[in-house]
Amino acid sequence: MSNENKEWPLWEVFIRSKAGLDHKHAGSLHAADAQMAIENARDVYTRRMEGVSIWVVESKHIHASNPEEAAAFFDPAQDKIYRHPTFYNLPDELKHM
Amino acid sequence: MTQVSFEASFQKKIDEEIMIEPQDYMPDEYRKTLIRQISQHAHSEIVGMLPEANWITRAPSLRRKAVLLAKVQDEGGHGLYLYSAAETLGITRDQMLQQLHTGAAKYSSIFNYPTITWADMGAIGWLVDGAAIMNQVPLCRTSYGPYARAMVRVCKEESFHQRQGYEIMLTLAKGTPVQKQMAQDALNRWWAPALMMFGPLDAVSPNTAKSMEWRIKRFTNDELRQRFIDVTVEQIRILGLDLPDANIKWNEERGHYDSSELNWDEFWNVVKGNGPCNKERLATRVKAWEDGAWVREAASAYAEKRKTKKAA
Ligand SMILES: [Fe+2]
Ligand SMILES: [Fe+2]
Repeated sequence: MSNENKEWPLWEVFIRSKAGLDHKHAGSLHAADAQMAIENARDVYTRRMEGVSIWVVESKHIHASNPEEAAAFFDPAQDKIYRHPTFYNLPDELKHM
Repeated sequence: MTQVSFEASFQKKIDEEIMIEPQDYMPDEYRKTLIRQISQHAHSEIVGMLPEANWITRAPSLRRKAVLLAKVQDEGGHGLYLYSAAETLGITRDQMLQQLHTGAAKYSSIFNYPTITWADMGAIGWLVDGAAIMNQVPLCRTSYGPYARAMVRVCKEESFHQRQGYEIMLTLAKGTPVQKQMAQDALNRWWAPALMMFGPLDAVSPNTAKSMEWRIKRFTNDELRQRFIDVTVEQIRILGLDLPDANIKWNEERGHYDSSELNWDEFWNVVKGNGPCNKERLATRVKAWEDGAWVREAASAYAEKRKTKKAA
């Protein structure tokens, strides 16, 4: 009844909801090729005008950071509060800065 | 980290309401429970298309036809969001479909009841989708990220499903005496099965405690069922229909409506495959899959052809 080796590949779908905004991950779906993935994505993820543009990427091409190393990996940013504007002590009467 | 510390840090994340994502550590039981729950949920959306699809060609106006078609298409979409969420846990789409088609997997028993009149389209949208919404809204904050995100999408789309159903009921209830009787009959037939959608009584639901601890579930079956009864009784009054259960009475002390004990023998009987439509639903589903084989093969062949053309 089913045919394991013939399962269509998995695609990740990214949608731009309106001009000027980034494409955002919406979900995934199976399709035989990229063209079909885009058409299916339209039917599955934009039935209510949720998008003006669709990207699809075969899931196997996505590389991700390792969640087990997340703490160490993102650690270098943690002690650099001087990267934020609120770090600087400036007089209250200073405007527009 | 040792196994014990992995589990402790997992539970700590859950307790701090931090979402679990596909690549994160999770206990095997958590994974298994989620695969079962999400795939059952997906199957319910897919099989749930059948009783309503049955009425698309007989909808009484073009407006009702367009609406019903859109609703059924949404349910197909819900099934797809949920299958994708389950796949992030390491089960394949084919495995899940196989479990559905061989009868190894369950789907909501509500879809094993027949839809015999047009009023059933009203009662299903109103009560069945209504009960589903009651179940699903808390799942938007469930602990597994892909499931929660799928549920946010589903819940956004469900609200029109319930409203279109209620509108059908309202139209019938304000119509001729025969139409009103049809609405009443549909309410009477769907009431108890809809209440059973919340699952067995807490007292005999062994998975509830663990699911609550893991924040897969946020309310018990009985809590959600009671909440559904309380809001629905008011909606029945607005329709001007009779209550479907003579024992529905406001209980001042509890601050809730009391109602009759449900027929749990019937529930388990339907779950075990002996409901009025179990065999028909499964056969229809398997036939649709088998009849679609040539389409899947043709699409694969076409994709292959395009690929070799591009390479050339
Ligand atoms: Fe749905
Ligand atoms: Fe629905």
